[in-house]
Amino acid sequence: MIGIKSFGAYIPRYRMNRKVIAQAIGWFSPVGGKGERAVANFDEDAITMAVAAGMDCLGDLDNSHIDALYLASTTLPYKERQNAGIVSAALALKDDVHTADVTSSVKSGTAALIAAFNAVKAQNAQEAMVAATDMRLGKPASPEESAFGDGAAAFLVSDKDVVASFEGSYSLSYDFVDIRRDEKDRFGKTWEPRWVRDEGYFKMIPEVISGLLKKYNLDIKDFSKVIYPCPNSRDAAAMAKKLGMDPSQITDDLQTVVGNTGSAYAPMMFVNALQEAKPGDKILVASFGNGCDALYFQVTDKIKQLKHIKGVKGYLNIRADLTNYIQYLVFRDILPVETGIRGEHVPPTQLSQTWRLRDTIMGLYGCKCQKCGTPQYPVSRVCVNPDCEAVDQMELYRFANRKGTVISYTSDNLAFTPNPPQSYCIIDFEGGGRNQFDFTDCNPSQLSVGMSVTMTFRRKYYDANRSIYFYYWKAVPAVEA
Amino acid sequence: MSGIKDKVAIIGMGCTKFGERFDKSAEDLMLDCFLEALEDSGIEKKDIDAAWMGCSVDETSLGKSAIILNSTLRMPYTPVTRTENYCATGTEAFRGACYAVASGAYDVALALGVEKLKDVGFGGLPPGQMGTVRRLLGPNSTAPGEFAQMANTYFAKYGIDPDEGKRILAHISVKSHHNGTLSPKAHLRKEITIEDVLKAPMIASPLGLFDCCGVSDGAACAIITTAEKAKKLRKDPIYVKALQISATSGEDLMYNTWDGAHVESTYRAGIRAYKEAEITDPRKEISMMEVHDCFSITELTAYEDLQTSPRGRAREDIESGFYDLDGQIPCQPDGGLKCFGHPTGASGLRMIYEIYKQLQGKAGERQIKNPKLGITHNMGGIPCYNLAAVTILGTK
Repeated sequence: MIGIKSFGAYIPRYRMNRKVIAQAIGWFSPVGGKGERAVANFDEDAITMAVAAGMDCLGDLDNSHIDALYLASTTLPYKERQNAGIVSAALALKDDVHTADVTSSVKSGTAALIAAFNAVKAQNAQEAMVAATDMRLGKPASPEESAFGDGAAAFLVSDKDVVASFEGSYSLSYDFVDIRRDEKDRFGKTWEPRWVRDEGYFKMIPEVISGLLKKYNLDIKDFSKVIYPCPNSRDAAAMAKKLGMDPSQITDDLQTVVGNTGSAYAPMMFVNALQEAKPGDKILVASFGNGCDALYFQVTDKIKQLKHIKGVKGYLNIRADLTNYIQYLVFRDILPVETGIRGEHVPPTQLSQTWRLRDTIMGLYGCKCQKCGTPQYPVSRVCVNPDCEAVDQMELYRFANRKGTVISYTSDNLAFTPNPPQSYCIIDFEGGGRNQFDFTDCNPSQLSVGMSVTMTFRRKYYDANRSIYFYYWKAVPAVEA
Repeated sequence: MSGIKDKVAIIGMGCTKFGERFDKSAEDLMLDCFLEALEDSGIEKKDIDAAWMGCSVDETSLGKSAIILNSTLRMPYTPVTRTENYCATGTEAFRGACYAVASGAYDVALALGVEKLKDVGFGGLPPGQMGTVRRLLGPNSTAPGEFAQMANTYFAKYGIDPDEGKRILAHISVKSHHNGTLSPKAHLRKEITIEDVLKAPMIASPLGLFDCCGVSDGAACAIITTAEKAKKLRKDPIYVKALQISATSGEDLMYNTWDGAHVESTYRAGIRAYKEAEITDPRKEISMMEVHDCFSITELTAYEDLQTSPRGRAREDIESGFYDLDGQIPCQPDGGLKCFGHPTGASGLRMIYEIYKQLQGKAGERQIKNPKLGITHNMGGIPCYNLAAVTILGTK
């Protein structure tokens, strides 16, 4: 049986109430709306959110059978340098893995899922991973700025131990140009929303769903949940009526708590639905973007055994208010600010060196001495234990999944960061090993000696002159979801 | 191993005024301190057989060589060596010159340290001085933040309330600022109060502006010869009793034993220096100290690491005035890094300059009564990854 073996999600900690947007720029245009949207921190992007969702999905599961990784997004940082390769390295997937970026449409999340099911079904991959992620930028004062949210979802596709079996799919492709960005655009450009609704999703979503029902001889009432994110949340109920659904089949579109997360939108709603699903439930997942995909799943008994996942429900509770619209503009580099001469200081990144250090940098690998058993970070050739003389007796040892305890910390107003102060710490890892890391997603007043932290993959710096996003690991206060 | 004790002596020293010397180049500062030292020593430039020069910050670079020393002072074809060991660079130049003379290779050697930090263009030390790997893997930290971490850990370890901890540290800065007012060559020469320290802007919690040393330009140098020759050249040469340096092998940062509330290399260098100088009870025998007070917490932990205060109890000595100018072991009689600022290449030699002048009884208004032994402590790096240089000097 082919299906989803595990799943996960990620929602950035910052949430901006749409009233904050309205208060800041509502004088110009009637923007805002209900609830809040998720906002990535300054050091997050589509890649880092995909890694976070991937880590949530994998937990301590064996990742050695993952033969393929599909990264789906419309906001991948690199046009050339495979983004999926970065995610693969951060998730410590094996080197002989097939990786691909699936992009250019917000239906890329479901497209990647279909590709993963096909790969496993064809036995080209024993297991495949899908990460769908987006942090689309709405132009200030645009309806998109308020409606969009940042987030990611991830799935482990397998032919055994599945929590939801994949029963089939149906797709449509239309060059329906509702929103587009060319290579120079930071912000999407749209056509009239009424046209997008009436000629677009009000026609295409029913078409793809009825196509799937017909293909598999099903009725809409057969499903416990039907997922169909609408670009405008207000249309969800009308769509349900159009589809002949019972109100109980409607799923939360997360619009008031996260926002429209693009390629990750339908996948995140799917994760949310799986988190409350019961064995035997049938779930229909449809996406909309230059056509539509529709996928159909059946939940198995194994759903009760997946305990490690924070998912959408867990990450919804890990939050901090972003109350300052200007801060959001600075995070997104929409508003240039004076960084001072210290902030201009970006030395070159030696790519020959970062390649040598790739396990350390991307996978947070250190090593463990086979003679004395001391875990150490980064990789050493001579054991750091002063009482051990071992040389070249190390095995690779990954720290990314380990908790740590803070032994010292500070919040620094002198160091340049787009989100001051820069907090950092020395941490002792559970099981041994120690080093110094930046903090992120923390409240400086709540840091303390002895607090527990986990590791998260982030941008450490951006070198605009040389087009280097330097990714590395930071500490975040451990929060139980 | 016989050590350095009483093998070499200082016969002349010079030190510029430290501060924002926007009017002077690094070369000007080098020449100014050298001319003072030459006059003080009574020897001639041609008598100098070899020289060591310390300069450490890339942004103020004089070139990764000591040729600039010869070409500035015009010492034709003299053997010169450039030294760098982070903030202990000045002491490293001094060590090079002392060992060269002690080995018998040369009769007279010059050690000179210089830094022109105010050509960097912003406050604090420029980032990225600790190598490319550290830049990639280390935090986005600054010097105050690295040392601030140690303050938080110290407070946690000894159960000191953070507000109380800040007040204890404030005593250290108030004391040094007082001494700085008596020190004509210091950069900052203004009395401050505990309240000033507590109310100052936060740099890296818990360290505020007045917990941090200044950032300055400056240069200092010493002329060294053998103990025998020194006696013939002047009546009051100052003898080198110990020269020790200790550097981490990475265990503080990577192994799980260091407590984060002290500087292990300072402790180790201190033990070795006392042994070399045959000092058995530093608290009783040492007359004065110039420690590496880049931050107030660094001075506090140095008291404990150099064993002039018991472990965990520096607070009592700070509050009782033990380290004040009229206390039992005056610390930072010239105002220290706090008031001189910290031109990294020069600071180690600036500390030695103060001890030298004090031991000769030439420290003016801040003269300590009849000192016999003085210690300098010059630290490079950050609490979790560092080296410490300890020098002991004495009158015979």
